[in-house]
Amino acid sequence: MSKTTMTRRGVLKSGAVAGAGVALPTIFTASSAAAYTNEPTGGSVTLGFNVPQTGPYADEGADELRAYELAVEHLNGGGDGGMMNTFSSKALQGNGILGKKVEFVTGDTQTKSDAARASAKSMIEKDGAVMITGGSSSGVAVAVQALCQEAGVIFMAGLTHSNDTTGKDKRANGFRHFFNSYMSGAALAPILANNYGTDRKAYHLTADYNWGYTTEEAVRTSTEALGWETVAAVKTPLTQTDFSSYIAPVLQSGADVLVLNHYGGNMVNSLTNAVQFGLRDKLVNNKNFEIVVPLYSRLMAKGAGANVKGIYGSTNWHWSLQDEGSKAFVKSFGTKYGFPPSQAAHTCYVQAMLYADACERAGTFNPCGVAEALEGFEFDGMGNGKTLYRAEDHQCFKDVLVVRGKENPTSEFDLLEIVEVTPTAQVTYDPAIFGGELGTCNPGA
Amino acid sequence: MLGLNKKDTSLLLIVVVLTLFAPFILNPFPEGSAMAQFNAGYPDLMQRFVIFGIFAIGFNILFGLTGYLSFGHAAFLGIGSYGAVWMFKILGMNVLPAIVLAVIVAGLFAVVIGYVSLRRSGIYFSILTLAFAQMMFALAYSVLTPITGGETGLQLTLNDPRILGASQTAGGNIPVPSLFGMEMRSSTDLEIAGWVFTFNVGYYFSALIMILAFYLSIRIFRSPFGMMLRAIKSNQNRLSYTGLNPRPYTLAAFVISGMYAGLAGGLMASMDPLAGAERMQWTASGEVVLMTILGGTGTLIGPVLGAGFIKYFENIFSKINDNILHQWFAFLPDGLEDFVVFIIHPFIGKGWHLTLGILFMLVVIFLPGGLVEGGQRIRKAIKGKKADDTETAKTEPAE
Amino acid sequence: MDAIILQILNGLDKGSAYALIALGLTLIFGTLGVVNFAHGALFMIGAFCAVTLSKILNLSFETIDPNKTDFLGNPLKVKTPYVESWFGPETGAALIDWSVPLAILFSIPIMLLVGVIMERGLIKHFYKREHADQILVTFGLAIVLQEIIKYYFGANPIPTPAPDAFKGSFDFGAAIGFDPNTIIYPYWRLVYFMFSVVIIGGVFAFLQFTTFGMVVRAGMADRETVGLLGIDIDKRFTIMFGLAAAVAGLAGVMYTPINSPNYHMGMDFLVLSFVVVVVGGMGSLPGAVLAGFLLGILESFASMREVIDLIPGINQIIIYLVAIIILLTRPRGLMGRKGVMEE
Repeated sequence: MSKTTMTRRGVLKSGAVAGAGVALPTIFTASSAAAYTNEPTGGSVTLGFNVPQTGPYADEGADELRAYELAVEHLNGGGDGGMMNTFSSKALQGNGILGKKVEFVTGDTQTKSDAARASAKSMIEKDGAVMITGGSSSGVAVAVQALCQEAGVIFMAGLTHSNDTTGKDKRANGFRHFFNSYMSGAALAPILANNYGTDRKAYHLTADYNWGYTTEEAVRTSTEALGWETVAAVKTPLTQTDFSSYIAPVLQSGADVLVLNHYGGNMVNSLTNAVQFGLRDKLVNNKNFEIVVPLYSRLMAKGAGANVKGIYGSTNWHWSLQDEGSKAFVKSFGTKYGFPPSQAAHTCYVQAMLYADACERAGTFNPCGVAEALEGFEFDGMGNGKTLYRAEDHQCFKDVLVVRGKENPTSEFDLLEIVEVTPTAQVTYDPAIFGGELGTCNPGA
Repeated sequence: MLGLNKKDTSLLLIVVVLTLFAPFILNPFPEGSAMAQFNAGYPDLMQRFVIFGIFAIGFNILFGLTGYLSFGHAAFLGIGSYGAVWMFKILGMNVLPAIVLAVIVAGLFAVVIGYVSLRRSGIYFSILTLAFAQMMFALAYSVLTPITGGETGLQLTLNDPRILGASQTAGGNIPVPSLFGMEMRSSTDLEIAGWVFTFNVGYYFSALIMILAFYLSIRIFRSPFGMMLRAIKSNQNRLSYTGLNPRPYTLAAFVISGMYAGLAGGLMASMDPLAGAERMQWTASGEVVLMTILGGTGTLIGPVLGAGFIKYFENIFSKINDNILHQWFAFLPDGLEDFVVFIIHPFIGKGWHLTLGILFMLVVIFLPGGLVEGGQRIRKAIKGKKADDTETAKTEPAE
Repeated sequence: MDAIILQILNGLDKGSAYALIALGLTLIFGTLGVVNFAHGALFMIGAFCAVTLSKILNLSFETIDPNKTDFLGNPLKVKTPYVESWFGPETGAALIDWSVPLAILFSIPIMLLVGVIMERGLIKHFYKREHADQILVTFGLAIVLQEIIKYYFGANPIPTPAPDAFKGSFDFGAAIGFDPNTIIYPYWRLVYFMFSVVIIGGVFAFLQFTTFGMVVRAGMADRETVGLLGIDIDKRFTIMFGLAAAVAGLAGVMYTPINSPNYHMGMDFLVLSFVVVVVGGMGSLPGAVLAGFLLGILESFASMREVIDLIPGINQIIIYLVAIIILLTRPRGLMGRKGVMEE
């Protein structure tokens, strides 16, 4: 059997050459021959799910993977269809994407940029993935996004909260559905002012890396605008496990609010330590001492146990939302796995759906076509109300949830309660404020 | 040949053949077959094999010859990467200046750190090197963010000056690293029946450098300098009594091995223009120690094998998931299939660490000389000779 | 002044964790000459003994409450722990509440057993091997142990709170004449500090005042001569390994209320405890304890706002910086003996 067309390995994967027994024709094909990187030519299309499977975020990664598997099932027409039924765009028909069956490969980011890039590269080079998605930290998201830009595939970010992902490090091939530090600050500040008053002195503990900086900045600016005073901001090392020496001096500083700009293990430990020191039982400046955690996730709240009770924070999505999209998603996820999905699972599921839908609407897997279909796309029914994928920075704009640790949880998943759904307008910002350049889309090849 | 004896020449030739034909050797299974999962012949992993091979070869010059166990060697790799990426940002995308700068910068750091750390020996030396590397990691991740990019790593942007090149390509993208116009990422595929073999420019460039690095390391091992380093390992006191000062020799070995690490770092950045702080963390330093011991400390080829072994598991095993298992065992009856998948499940995907840990233990328990000893045993078994283990087993006391 | 007292308290508290882990590590170094990279894993297993006990106490049966619904709209299953139905709700709840202190009793036999099995089954065969081999095999073991824990308990931290009686903090300042709320310290951390003092004192007394301890100390100094005297030093060393494992395990059990345990907590402590041991000096038990407290206190001071403002990033590197300075000024750490692990 002789093949005279220039192809990528996707062809072979789909079995086109399966029966070839003759080793006669040797055809050199340059990678640059296809229209774009990893153009799927057989009956299936491969997506790459790159999530942390080892390291501290492994549980979050496992939840992301569950969501992706669910999304693939729904895209291929299995299950109850989940959010495909509530999604405002009706381009998806449950027959895969553009008629091609959706297949996937998985990899381990280890929450390290190097490992994440290695894993993504192997998906692109070895498995012929046409889109990479997932991840649980901004460092990884930014690194993989840059790689996808270079390689000419689409990157649909997973959980990444730093402003940088769609700010100074934005890329034309990268898209983020998750919210960011700026939105957290903008959504939280009014609620904090309502509940704790405008005359407050805040003490910030900030994780000493990019995400920490942007979060501190965001919360600081928006609370100061409402009259709060920032007494001090102390940076804590990423590798810190015991925060006692950072928390002990808080009371002496005269502050009456402690803001913990920490995520993951850092947040679990710093919050546990702060509650241990009895900060919340104290009366400072004749006010109850309060603690705030700008970015919450249910998995982290679980790790901190009873310490989260009554503590405010923000989150991208929560399973107790009562709109049709959320209900449909919680139902199909819960039926399949036996527990409600986390916000990481939600954003990953939605990203996979949005990508598939964009391909359908664009009629191609070509990253430039897909990007064009996503840019400025307005949709609804995905759990966060009306949402816009802004063209200027590839960031989704949607409602942001302000949540509080529940006082009397009824189950091990029922840890947070929604206090307020902050409308989109309040968290929207000018795309220019973070700098960076989007560049132009790269189809690779 | 090339100033090597017969045995070394054949070793070098084996390495040359293995690296040049790696795209074939590493892709033994036809594309699309169930076993294709185990193919490692794609550019990124092949590049990693040779780059970490260089790193481990360099580490072995220090550890294998002098016995000084550096626990902070990844710092030089990280420094090399940062140097190279800065070169891409300022000067242009040609990889040669980047790699040269990476080696020089790593060498300079190695002189300073080596000079200080080599004042102590044994575990005190190890902890000193560890402390330097951990400080560099911690600072690079946090306060040095403007220079190192911090959490997200140092990246190229569209606004970099690139004096000798263009800031952006005509299409408005960031240019890619290249050697006088040859892009490191460009590949050519060869299809033979069901097999696909990929030849990548970056891989062959790295492979060429690794062969040179390997040749240099053979020369060092066989030189009077190498003998001197071995003398330091076997008995430093006795060497001092003969009136020789071992310090300049150990420092030279430390700097050479630091420069090897810098070279590896520079190459890594050339294949993939990003430098992250995690490259300098103690786990990364520990990894090269493990590679060397696993392959066979003090042997020429061992560290390269160890590097390949660990990188293979990291990249191949972590990508196997339950779906793939079900495909493999689809021929079994349903109940049995589920059972087999259930048994294997903990060892693949997110469990690849477990598999690696078990293999570490097995290798060190049953093959005291590392993978190289395994190779020797197989050779002896084939030759029909009875393996005499007195030759390789080392009976040095614990202290 | 009050800020300084507070940071000394913090330092002593951090130091006690470092000292406990380093103590076990240096016991193994000193007696067996083995570089044990799995020592952090022992600390982690200790912590998970507490988690396991609390899980056992929380084993429950389910009853369906038709009046409430779960997240899918099905009737809610209400869980009642068996201990509560067996011992009555109050005793049962108290048992669950006190699971961490109870875990001390639970963990001692387990940790001794783990230690002895490790020594007899694996470490024993590595006494005569190179340090490099010891590192590789114990590192492999550490990975295997933590992956097993991860497989059963997940990667997320698991909250394991202290008994209610120890919640909150003690106003230290008010007790010694400062303004209220200036020097407060959590009860449980004070318990942890006192606990570690008792354990450290116990280990020292054991080595100092018992015949067994005397033989072990002699073995640390010169193993072969002790062997030549006809004393079965191997058996004693096995027991020492079990003891070191138990010390690490207890340190882990008591640590769980301070920070929720997760599977990689051992690795987090591993590098630090090596630094502590080496700074203290190889083969010296008092050195390890002293270094633990010293580094704990210095780390606490370096995390003060005033200090960070003066030298940015100092809190990131203080331990390593101090280690370098000490090792350069004192060649064998604070109290190290000549010739131990210097080759």
